Amino acid sequence: MNAFAQIRQSLIIALWFMFLTFPILAVRVNTIEKVVEWRWPNMIYVGIGSFLISFVWRYFLERKAQGGKQGTHTALLGEATVQAMTVATPSVQATTATEVTPAGQAGAQTAKAPATATGKPFMQRIMAEPRLYRPVLMVLSLFGLAFPFLPFASTYQINIVTNALLYIMLGLGLNIVVGLAGLLHLGYVAFYAVGAYSYALLYYHFGIGFWVALPIGALFAAIFGIILGFPVLRLRGDYLAIVTLGFAEITRLVLENWNGFSFGPSGIAGIPRPGLFGMEMDLHQVTIYIYFLMIALCLFTIFVVNRLQNSRIGRAWVALREDEVACEAMGVDPTMAKLTAFALGSTWAGLAGVVFAAKTTFVNPASFTFLESAMILSIVVLGGMGSIVGVIIGAFILILLPEYLRAFSEYRMLLFGLIMVVMMIFRPQGIIVGIRQIYEFKKASAKEGNRQ
Amino acid sequence: MMEPLLDVKELTMDFGGLRALDKVSLQVLPGEIVALIGPNGAGKTTFFNCITGIYKPTGGDVFVTPPGKKQRRISGMKTHRVTAQGMARTFQNIRLFPEMTVLENVMIGRHCRSRVGVLGAILRDGTTRREEKDIVDTSYAILEKMGLAEEVNELAKNLPYGDQRRLEIARAMATGPFLLLLDEPAAGMNPRETDALEELIRRICKEDNIAVLMIEHDMRIVMSISSRIYVLDYGRMIAAGTSVEIMENPVVIKAYLGEEEIEDDKCS
Repeated sequence: MNAFAQIRQSLIIALWFMFLTFPILAVRVNTIEKVVEWRWPNMIYVGIGSFLISFVWRYFLERKAQGGKQGTHTALLGEATVQAMTVATPSVQATTATEVTPAGQAGAQTAKAPATATGKPFMQRIMAEPRLYRPVLMVLSLFGLAFPFLPFASTYQINIVTNALLYIMLGLGLNIVVGLAGLLHLGYVAFYAVGAYSYALLYYHFGIGFWVALPIGALFAAIFGIILGFPVLRLRGDYLAIVTLGFAEITRLVLENWNGFSFGPSGIAGIPRPGLFGMEMDLHQVTIYIYFLMIALCLFTIFVVNRLQNSRIGRAWVALREDEVACEAMGVDPTMAKLTAFALGSTWAGLAGVVFAAKTTFVNPASFTFLESAMILSIVVLGGMGSIVGVIIGAFILILLPEYLRAFSEYRMLLFGLIMVVMMIFRPQGIIVGIRQIYEFKKASAKEGNRQ
Repeated sequence: MMEPLLDVKELTMDFGGLRALDKVSLQVLPGEIVALIGPNGAGKTTFFNCITGIYKPTGGDVFVTPPGKKQRRISGMKTHRVTAQGMARTFQNIRLFPEMTVLENVMIGRHCRSRVGVLGAILRDGTTRREEKDIVDTSYAILEKMGLAEEVNELAKNLPYGDQRRLEIARAMATGPFLLLLDEPAAGMNPRETDALEELIRRICKEDNIAVLMIEHDMRIVMSISSRIYVLDYGRMIAAGTSVEIMENPVVIKAYLGEEEIEDDKCS
């Protein structure tokens, strides 16, 4: 009955589209022979096309609406299993009484996963279960290591993947500010620029190499982050977005116009690529080298962000995002929390900037436009705010997709935009929803005096 | 005479031309449960916001004396510093961190009692791990005491209303306070839940030796639980005393019921 109604609705839409496009697509006046040409096949294509699109669209909307109901249903089921588990294992808990029993914990995780996921509990389940994600991780890391030596990996291929890795770093850095601390930051590219120009200028004036410039660039970016952080401490949401946007534009305009300092729009060329104990490498080898360098830096970023996320500081950031007043009333210093978020977020942009300068051997202000900020923000939002895996997937999709869509050349940005729109309609929370940490704790019932 | 934990002297708060609090004085002694009542718009929540540093009072002083420590002036101090002094509050309209788990909500309360910084978080050395474990264990113990042990890994937003209220109290308890400020803890609760809450507040007061100052509209719980009651009306403290004294005080009755013929001499 419902399906019939859907089909009827889609049919009506198809007819309506045919009617609307009839004058443009079906009728053509041939001015040379002075006859009217009727192109009926076009009409049929429009009809079938709009019918299918509208039907698929409705189907997914329907599924999304049902997904919410199913989610709560499975959550209830999950709770039931947890209760069953705790009932089944009281003796174990009573005897060991120190940590949650593995069974109980697994139960808690399965209960939690469906409760947080609304549409796709599948990914959540994989991520919550070490037995499931370990092999996937192994295969992926093997592929990552072998990738530059595979037959299809040309210099171009390695380059675009390196680029994607660079954006993973940027995305994870911005994720600290936007995803965790909830501060909408539209000027992230300014710190990227600070990192890139740090290396470029340090090399130009003092001949400082890549490895020394890397921490210095990060430090400069962090200092800039704090400088921006101070005036915007009181701002939230839209206001913060505007101010950070303005800050990024100021940075770019300064770089563009202060010729004596940054050499203006012509930029700085001839920046050396990173060295490896003074070895001579040809272009392909250097590309591979930078690829592995980026892999290492990405792993480092993931490691640090993961630790920060599950620490006292990370919790304070999330609390700040959730409710600033309550957060402050619970004894968290919001000034410190925001400044550390800004400083740490900028640090990664600075690191990425130095690598960017070394990779392209050339910097100019045109690389640091607002579009770049928007791209990094899209990675974070599309991937899923606050989720490391989400950001990684988001970066690969958003950076690699336009490259591989080059076959469709002029339509690729159109497709790209379409994917973003569809994504935001059907899954606004991002590809991967950040899951909260589950802690192991001591059952206090065993002994009373562990509170100090 | 015991030194009062909280000593508010002639606290005044002006919003532009509106005087929301007019020379309000109030004391909370150790081990006491004190209620602050008054009709809607009397300035009770403003009073809380002033003493916890969310608003800066325009006049008067607030002193706290943590047990075993010296008296300190806290008026004008920032909110998080006030909490670190040992005064924790809950909110009238529940303000939990909805996307965090129940346990994490309470763990945030331990923030001001722990020290580890960015470097420690990244390196995760022995000190960090010990501190983290201490935070988790303490938080869990509090949740167990509050009867929320079953829900530790549930997201705060998924809890039923009554549990959310209790979680707010648990979170405030985690900051290690000597004085709890509860803003309408029984709002929206049914009589059975209110009884449980009353029991809980008594237990907190007795077992953990935490004094309680609460704003409440439910007269049943106010009258049965409080050692003393303060009544606020139009920003003025119109009465103070035990529950019996307050119930018989004509000024209070007038403030609540709008009775007309009252002599002014009883007002003090």
